[in-house]
Amino acid sequence: MAKIKSLEDLLKMKETAKKNLTIRNAANDENKIILKVAMGTCGIAAGAKETFNALVEEIAKKGLENVVVVQTGCMGYCHAEPTVEVNEVGKEPVLYGNIKANRASEIIEKHILNNELLQDSIIGETHQRAE
Amino acid sequence: MANYKQYILVCGGTGCTSSGSNDIIDIFNEKLEKNNLNKDIQVVRTGCFGFCEQGPIVKVLPDNTFYVKVEEKDVEEIINEHVIKGRRVERLLYVEPEKNEKIEESPKMPFYKKQVRVALRNAGSINPEDINEYVANDGYIALAKALTEMSRDEVVKTVLDSGLRGRGGGGFPTGLKWNFAKKANGDIKYVICNADEGDPGAFMDRSVLEGDPHAVLEGMALAGYAIGASKGFIYIRAEYPLAVHRLEIAIKQAKELGFLGENIFGTDFSFDIEIRLGAGAFVCGEETALIHSIEGYRGEPTTKPPFPANSGLFNKPTLINNVETYANVAIIVLKGADWYRSFGTDKSPGTKVFALAGAINNVGLVEVPMGTTLSRSSYGNNFKRNCFCEIGGGIRNNGKFKAVQTGGPSGGCIPAAYLDTPIDFDNLMALGSMMGSGGMIVMDESTCMVDVSKFYLTFTVEESCGKCTPCRIGNVRLLETLEKITSGRGKPEDLEKLETLGKVIKDTSLCGLGQTAPNPILSTMHYFRNEYEAHVNERTCPAGACKNLIKFEIDPEKCVGCTACARVCPVEAIKGEIKKPHQIDQEKCIKCGACYATCRFGAITKS
Repeated sequence: MAKIKSLEDLLKMKETAKKNLTIRNAANDENKIILKVAMGTCGIAAGAKETFNALVEEIAKKGLENVVVVQTGCMGYCHAEPTVEVNEVGKEPVLYGNIKANRASEIIEKHILNNELLQDSIIGETHQRAE
Repeated sequence: MANYKQYILVCGGTGCTSSGSNDIIDIFNEKLEKNNLNKDIQVVRTGCFGFCEQGPIVKVLPDNTFYVKVEEKDVEEIINEHVIKGRRVERLLYVEPEKNEKIEESPKMPFYKKQVRVALRNAGSINPEDINEYVANDGYIALAKALTEMSRDEVVKTVLDSGLRGRGGGGFPTGLKWNFAKKANGDIKYVICNADEGDPGAFMDRSVLEGDPHAVLEGMALAGYAIGASKGFIYIRAEYPLAVHRLEIAIKQAKELGFLGENIFGTDFSFDIEIRLGAGAFVCGEETALIHSIEGYRGEPTTKPPFPANSGLFNKPTLINNVETYANVAIIVLKGADWYRSFGTDKSPGTKVFALAGAINNVGLVEVPMGTTLSRSSYGNNFKRNCFCEIGGGIRNNGKFKAVQTGGPSGGCIPAAYLDTPIDFDNLMALGSMMGSGGMIVMDESTCMVDVSKFYLTFTVEESCGKCTPCRIGNVRLLETLEKITSGRGKPEDLEKLETLGKVIKDTSLCGLGQTAPNPILSTMHYFRNEYEAHVNERTCPAGACKNLIKFEIDPEKCVGCTACARVCPVEAIKGEIKKPHQIDQEKCIKCGACYATCRFGAITKS
């Protein structure tokens, strides 16, 4: 390891180190946005893993510190896999269907950054969850 | 650069390690590799989460799930269910004792909700063996700023203005101490970190060192710059091997990056830190004894003055602070004195780490603002609802609160009537107790106060270095008297003797160990005198704890002759025919209470 000789160098080192910890820091963020990717067998077969990775990469690229991607079990919309649910604090979750990896950036760009829903991809609620 | 998508944090504190967290980490790694998940998920061994009672702790990020009491056999389920299928493993979640509810995320747990973590800011969230993680959380920025932008006086002033008081227990203003050491004349000066934590029930310093060693190193380097020292020593007992190991790694990494060593951050300030292992003698927590021990002599205290700030290690000016004190310094320099003062009380700013133990549901490490009360007055004296107890989760087994012991052998017991007192240095002193290192032992009705004093005094007698007479002989006499009283041979005049001798020892002992040794006796005599009197006058122990004073008897009316008691009695003291009342042979009875706990008919009485 090279020696750190100035405050600037240290701050640079901090930025790099922090990027690696973004997900961990976001976990404690009260206003974190959680993107749930359904990863049942059907989801994975339909490419949910790639979607998951693409979302993580997109978030890192945009430097979003309060957005985390979490995997869940099958949400029951096997016909529309991969499915991604966006959970924001104080808002109803929004469920999107048919989100292949190439549409990850769309969710981040439109929904997360511009508060704009991807109307044509929303799956209507067809059931209620027992809480 | 690996891009992990999920993290599994496993507590690597001493508590969790001793209940197998290392094996859990190994199995996690092994199974993740087998499932080809090791590139997506990182297992991180962190410092103590503080929730030691419920260990080993496993926390999954980013969804923040907090699993408790995880065993090796649970790993597979966590991976299969949580990691692969995204379903929480319900049975491993923490159950809040009061409401009997499962809580999934740590920020929602009462144990964490009430805490403010300053000294423990990184413990449990970073990998203490990776300097990058400390740097990611603002590590060494305070040092860089101080060296390049602040004068030595400004650093001292910041610490002084913050009002930080020594977390070793005495509560001396840290900034003042730094000022003395800075002003002292000397070509060479030293900085020492006192990590000789030895109070029964205290493990704050160990957890800080294990969970965030760099915070202590940075604090020491700041102190070195402020007073003009170039060399630091960490005096730590050898019985803290994990803390020593992490410190060694931390020092090595800090040197490699140039945060320790020559010309730090390109300035002309050079500072180096070495570890010195102590043999684990309580008296070596006394600063003068500690200094002698580093010098290679016996760890015996000497009178002050001269104070170490003027003539300490090798007769050079020496600054000596406790682990927790140093752990607070970097963040104070970074965020400013006012920020620090926004916590705590006017005279005791900031937060304090307490080791919460005893008859309480959530035993563990907590950090709260100074001035937090044991009880919140609006709720009355119901200990179950008060602040500490909200963190502590109430008294174990639905027991009734009796007293809280603070400050270890140097402190005393505080009864229920003072539960509303804001806890800080001065209020504890006024109650006849002490902050001490921050041990906090909660006691319920089954605790005998005479017995508690005896426990602490036994400790002090064993740990006395023997240099001065009051401590060496006086404390032994105190202990003998307590033994007499708890065995039922005490006389009323013994109580006076305890008080008189206790006061003499307080006044005449050479060092803090002796001066505070009688505190447990004096404070319990003050608040629980009736218990002492019951022992000497009525030869009874109201709490039913002193074995020689209790008697187990069988009520022939209630005994159905089930023989259960006779079967559990380890000394065969219970005789009787089946379906007929039994009897206890008092001569043979060792008062273990096994029969009392076994009887389902309430036929056995304890008096």
